[in-house]
Amino acid sequence: MEITMENPKKKDVVLDSIVDTSLKKTPKIETKNIKVWYEEFNAIKGISMSIKPNTVTAFIGPSGCGKSTFLRLFNRMNDYVDGFSLEGKIKINGQNIYKKNVNVEELRKEVGMVFQKPNPFPKSIFDNVAYGLKIQGIKDKQLINDRVISSLKQVGLWEEVKDDLKKSGLALSGGQQQRLCIARTLAVEPSIILMDEPTSALDPISTAKIEELIFQLKQKYTIVIVTHNMQQASRISDYTAFFYLGELIEFNKTKNIFTNPEKKQTENYITGRFG
Amino acid sequence: MRKIKELIIEKTLMTSALITIAVTLGIILVLSIEAIQFFSEVSIFDFLTDTQWTPLFTEKHFGILPLLSGTLLTSFIAISVALPIGLTISIYLSEYAPKAFRKAVKPLLELLASIPTVVYGFFALVVVTPFLQGFFPDLAGFNSLSAGIVMGIMIIPYISSISEDALHAVPASLREASYGMGATKLQTAFKVIVPAASSGIIVSIILAISRAIGETMIVAIAAGQQPRLTLDPTVPVETITAYIVQVSLGDVQHGSLEYRTIFAAGITLFTFTFLLNTLSYRIRKKYQEKYE
Repeated sequence: MEITMENPKKKDVVLDSIVDTSLKKTPKIETKNIKVWYEEFNAIKGISMSIKPNTVTAFIGPSGCGKSTFLRLFNRMNDYVDGFSLEGKIKINGQNIYKKNVNVEELRKEVGMVFQKPNPFPKSIFDNVAYGLKIQGIKDKQLINDRVISSLKQVGLWEEVKDDLKKSGLALSGGQQQRLCIARTLAVEPSIILMDEPTSALDPISTAKIEELIFQLKQKYTIVIVTHNMQQASRISDYTAFFYLGELIEFNKTKNIFTNPEKKQTENYITGRFG
Repeated sequence: MRKIKELIIEKTLMTSALITIAVTLGIILVLSIEAIQFFSEVSIFDFLTDTQWTPLFTEKHFGILPLLSGTLLTSFIAISVALPIGLTISIYLSEYAPKAFRKAVKPLLELLASIPTVVYGFFALVVVTPFLQGFFPDLAGFNSLSAGIVMGIMIIPYISSISEDALHAVPASLREASYGMGATKLQTAFKVIVPAASSGIIVSIILAISRAIGETMIVAIAAGQQPRLTLDPTVPVETITAYIVQVSLGDVQHGSLEYRTIFAAGITLFTFTFLLNTLSYRIRKKYQEKYE
């Protein structure tokens, strides 16, 4: 946290230039006045934001503030929740994803997701990574093979598992399982990866590995991550959004949020006065 | 005072447990003693290889194979009916049906298993057989086909209910993971949920087979009483259970060789169901803690 807050000017310039070029591109994700209800409960109370391509955006806020609900809107994961209803528009790559004729399966190939608890399938390591390709009906063994290897390499798991790809994914350690789940998501070649507290069930060393991975993945993917860990948000994200009671309180460059927040509520939260 | 109360309750509970075990052991003991006496007169080799079962005729043969084939044939037909229907129901209830529907339908399905089997037996004899004779005029009045089909209907809840429990116990996180990668509901059900619940599904199938093998009333009423070594489902056969009923109700003299045949048949039946139940217990034990 200290490093980001008091980092030398040089690094700031680098970060700014990345942000500035990406500003010119069209937003990857754009939401307009989003409201969400679960039955009578108003979970999201009108949020508009846009997320730029090839950035890492962190969603922070106390439990129950709606950040996970908001994240799960982007791949329509809330569709399965009883009593869910939505108002407003969400555009991904310029397309409204809640239009009637949208193919949800296609959307989820474009918008991958990594969950809080590592959830590998009770299948072999290879089959875990190949799953997304196989359900698309891809039969080309060479292609599947290449994609599995490159995905495992991207998450830095290849050297650790290359000799026992037939072993069950459940036999790996927690941190390895989570990297396997990320590899599984990468294999489908999405352009956006949603991460719902991906390190909250992991030890510090595994957490560090995943964070480093997120930093690398930014080159190719747009990443949105929900986290309860303030240091994590400040370490890995370019932008930070602070949610409170279903509202977006503040959304800005991460360094601004952590060094010079505009709202009192944000400052109170990041300094640990509540939440 | 309270301590004495506790002690009485504890001893009562223990006694009930012991009585159950004692009764089971007693049954096995009686079965074994009578069967051993039977096998002192008839060689086990003849028993297992002779293709005729005619203990009540003047020319006696003691080959269990015709009874065994009758039992396996009717059970096979029953499983062929119950497995696809039961599995479909369980997948529908667990993965597709609305919660309220699932809650209402599951106990209704389980009612199928609580209909008295004698009702099923007559249903097979007076409804299903005449109906099938409309399609297969050669179908005998007593046959393993209609008995098997009706028995299959009876064991559907064994498969649907236990499989549904197993499917339902698969963690929601696996469903989310699969949906999250762009899988459809159907793909998720068949490629992730069913394999993950396979041990529970296998257990349900074994229990259903075990139930079918031991079923008595339906086959005694609708499948006939003619021990016959055949795989033809259209002719009368006799199962092990039906034979035991036939002899028990007849006027065979206690202690005679004919009388002891039912114990030999009984121990064969017991061996089968015991092995199947042990197998299902093992499978359940082995895979139980997979997700905990």
